[in-house]
Amino acid sequence: MKLELRGVTKKFGDFTANDSIDLVVEPGTVHTLLGENGAGKSTLMNVVYGLYEPTEGEILIDDQPVTFNGPSDAMNAGIGMVHQHFMLVPVFTVAENVALGSEATKGVSLDLATTRKKIREISDQYGFEVDPDAVVEDLPVGVQQRVEIIKALVRDAEVLILDEPTAVLTPSETDQLLGIMDQLRQDGKSLLFISHKLREVRAISNDITVIRRGKVVGKADPTVSTNELATMMVGKNVQLVVDKEEAHTNSDTFEVKDLSLVAPNGVPLLKNVNFTVHGGEILAVAGVQGNGQTELTEAIIGLQPKATGSLKLGETELMGKSTKQILRAGVGFVPEDRSTDGLVGSFSISENLILDLFDRKEFSRAATLNRSAISKNADRAIEEFDIRVGHKNDAAATLSGGNQQKIVVARELTRDLKLFVASQPTRGVDVGSIEFIHKRIVAERDKGVPVIIVSTELDEVYALADRIAVFFHGELMGIAPADTPRGVLGQMMAGATYEEALASADFGSDVGTGAATVEQSENNLPWAEGENR
Amino acid sequence: MSVEETLQAQEGLAASATALGTAEQKTKDNPNPQMGEQYRPSLATRILGGGVGLSIGAMIAAFIVGGLLIAVTDSKTQQASQYFFARPSDTLIYGWRAASEAYVALFQGSIFNFEANTFVRQINPLFETLTVSIPLILAGLAVAIAFRTGLFNIGAQGQIILGAIFATFVAINFNFPLVVTLLLIIIGGLLGGAIWGGLVGLLKAKTGAHEVILSIMLNYIAVYLLQYLLKNSLQRPGNTNPISPIFEDNAIFPRIFGDGTPFRLHWGFVLALAAVFFVSWLLNRSTIGFRLRAVGANPGAAKNAGISVSAGYILVMSIAGALAGLAGALQVSGTEKVLNTGVAASFGFDAITVALLGRSTPWGTFFAALLYGAFRAGGTNMQVSTGTPIDLVLVVQALIVLFIAAPPLVRAIFRLPDPAKPRKKSAKKKASQKAVEAK
Repeated sequence: MKLELRGVTKKFGDFTANDSIDLVVEPGTVHTLLGENGAGKSTLMNVVYGLYEPTEGEILIDDQPVTFNGPSDAMNAGIGMVHQHFMLVPVFTVAENVALGSEATKGVSLDLATTRKKIREISDQYGFEVDPDAVVEDLPVGVQQRVEIIKALVRDAEVLILDEPTAVLTPSETDQLLGIMDQLRQDGKSLLFISHKLREVRAISNDITVIRRGKVVGKADPTVSTNELATMMVGKNVQLVVDKEEAHTNSDTFEVKDLSLVAPNGVPLLKNVNFTVHGGEILAVAGVQGNGQTELTEAIIGLQPKATGSLKLGETELMGKSTKQILRAGVGFVPEDRSTDGLVGSFSISENLILDLFDRKEFSRAATLNRSAISKNADRAIEEFDIRVGHKNDAAATLSGGNQQKIVVARELTRDLKLFVASQPTRGVDVGSIEFIHKRIVAERDKGVPVIIVSTELDEVYALADRIAVFFHGELMGIAPADTPRGVLGQMMAGATYEEALASADFGSDVGTGAATVEQSENNLPWAEGENR
Repeated sequence: MSVEETLQAQEGLAASATALGTAEQKTKDNPNPQMGEQYRPSLATRILGGGVGLSIGAMIAAFIVGGLLIAVTDSKTQQASQYFFARPSDTLIYGWRAASEAYVALFQGSIFNFEANTFVRQINPLFETLTVSIPLILAGLAVAIAFRTGLFNIGAQGQIILGAIFATFVAINFNFPLVVTLLLIIIGGLLGGAIWGGLVGLLKAKTGAHEVILSIMLNYIAVYLLQYLLKNSLQRPGNTNPISPIFEDNAIFPRIFGDGTPFRLHWGFVLALAAVFFVSWLLNRSTIGFRLRAVGANPGAAKNAGISVSAGYILVMSIAGALAGLAGALQVSGTEKVLNTGVAASFGFDAITVALLGRSTPWGTFFAALLYGAFRAGGTNMQVSTGTPIDLVLVVQALIVLFIAAPPLVRAIFRLPDPAKPRKKSAKKKASQKAVEAK
């Protein structure tokens, strides 16, 4: 089935999310929509899937114009979607989830047998290895995603939309998914693949459409170099490697000893983590999301009261102290999710800039806030960190992600720090702000502060790290030097220790053969995920 | 209001409060993925964020609908409507007359009675309104301040009762000079309420129990505790009714304008006014208020900034309880001069609507409380002089809240702008202007 978009425009008020987009997905091909976060990819997909009505333009299926009033129309027309965030009911079984919305019935009772049979058929055909009776919440993320694909296939989808399907997968799960996509393509399905990860895009696509700020900026062939694709995507040559000198470490230390944490359900979240960060260096913590990095940062800042072990900042023991005491001890913290943990959306920009400083004597006297000092502080931070605001008294929620993040970073770097911890410091942040934030982080390092950066983006890790710590299932798999090849880190992220990963890389195993020299030259691109294929 | 009525009212409110709470939960749990970076305010903030225009719009709409109801229920109008098609003007005239007369009576009973012979008598209703609004101001603040911290304080009723009990205990047992006794009564009221409210905060912080459930249960306990005490240690000697002894003169707040005038307004009003100033400072200017507001608007961010969310809950509920407790103390030793089972009337529940109408700002709550005081004071006069049942006042009050809870409806009726949109636009414009200037 052929899917075509002609001049599709979607506006939200004044904001144009998609600007006359043309796109054709031929049967038996993978068409990739490539673009940065916030380029309008997901909006476009929601238009195709009937969740949004296009402001202008039309959607054609096999050259027939169609209009969708909702996802059910799109599904009936043969379009299936695998969402970025899975739309599964966690406590239901696979079969129940697949049946949901189009349940086969016998009289008034549910006929799951038919669904089970269909799931087995599809599962066998594509090698999905999905048990229809497994409960979804017990399944690994990669398998859950396959359930989503099955859901679409059971409804006879001929066009499959995959919205950033690899964002949550480990490298090996990603490879499996790419294999599945290849099979679907050979079966004559049309696939619309959304991603900003260049390695995957080049590996699987037949056609590539690049969008930026809601507009198509070009079509590309998958043979085009990552360099060119990245340039098209961001619109300028991006220098992700921050100009930083060798780290000059000093005697200040932050020492983590035997840090352990067990979840209330008995699952260990952190297992005997030991490491030391020195003043003047950046330790980047890498790993697939959900392997204990979040808990590590929360334990450091005192938000995991059940954590055990020792966290020594110089001579001060942080374990057992309250968050406030830890902040007072000189720890700066940028939480992973700024909108839930970093900012108060309804507070003004000025107020957010003093969120953890308000009771210091420069901002308050006798329990009364010093408005002029707060206002001056806001002016200074807005100037120094180049925060683009309408007015400093506007609500922080009105700003873009990049500017919101700058508020958090500015606030934390306002104080004299003894330790700086930043989790996903540039997630969902525009390129310009990324550069700026990275520079500030390096500047903090150069002041002699120990810095811990947690990031799931390997490019960010490479850009900032002096050393790289890799986490897997709550365990520290090892600390690798900054020039460790991607393949080795990839193996560590999948559960190999540094030594094991290095050894197998030497033997030239197929996962990410240590093409270190090539990769390093690619490192000055943000999304160039290595050239291992 | 009898105990049963009180408890029924309480259940109704609880249901609506939990409904608000769950709606809030839903928006939190199920954020539209498209809105990722965008701010998605909770239901409470959307109601609060409506602006003064919205409150006034809701009031006007409620008065119009209330007027229609008065007209429809008026017997003359009903009779005239039987020959509506023969002479429609009769129905309309009678309807208009019924509604306008009722509202005029409401005005006369609450603000200015132009039919009275002396100026003092003409202006007396206004002071009556102010007197009645004292407990509404304080209890309204108690709800508002908790609301700003993200808590639904349904327990103002119980907190008022506890404040009144403590104040009465002081009044009966201590016999000091006026100022000292009054000071002790104030402290007693504050303390009683603070204990009752703080208990809610403590249980929520330590066990995670929901404050709505907790405060409702404590309301029950307060109601029956009051009944028990009025039959035992606080009962008037030689009396079988549940009523306390009449307060001695040294335990009664003096009237502001002295005893020579009919004005009942006592110095408690000044205290209530001071409380408005205090809460205004506390919320907007103090570090404590900053903490509380942060906890209310985003507990996650508050925690990360080293602000203790549980301490915030305990603190705000104690402050809220103290304010409501003061309302109870002023009610017994200022207005009523005696403690009986009806001391809290429906103040604790009216306080919720007062705080909502006032958008949980201290001054908004103050003016909303005056309005509700006027309803209370004028309602009786309306019933007496026009025969319109006082229940219609309650209907109008309920309609106001109904309209406030549905901002898009009021905006559509009065063509008010959506607060979220134009602000953004102007911010963007400014930003682009700046960008242009920079170039």
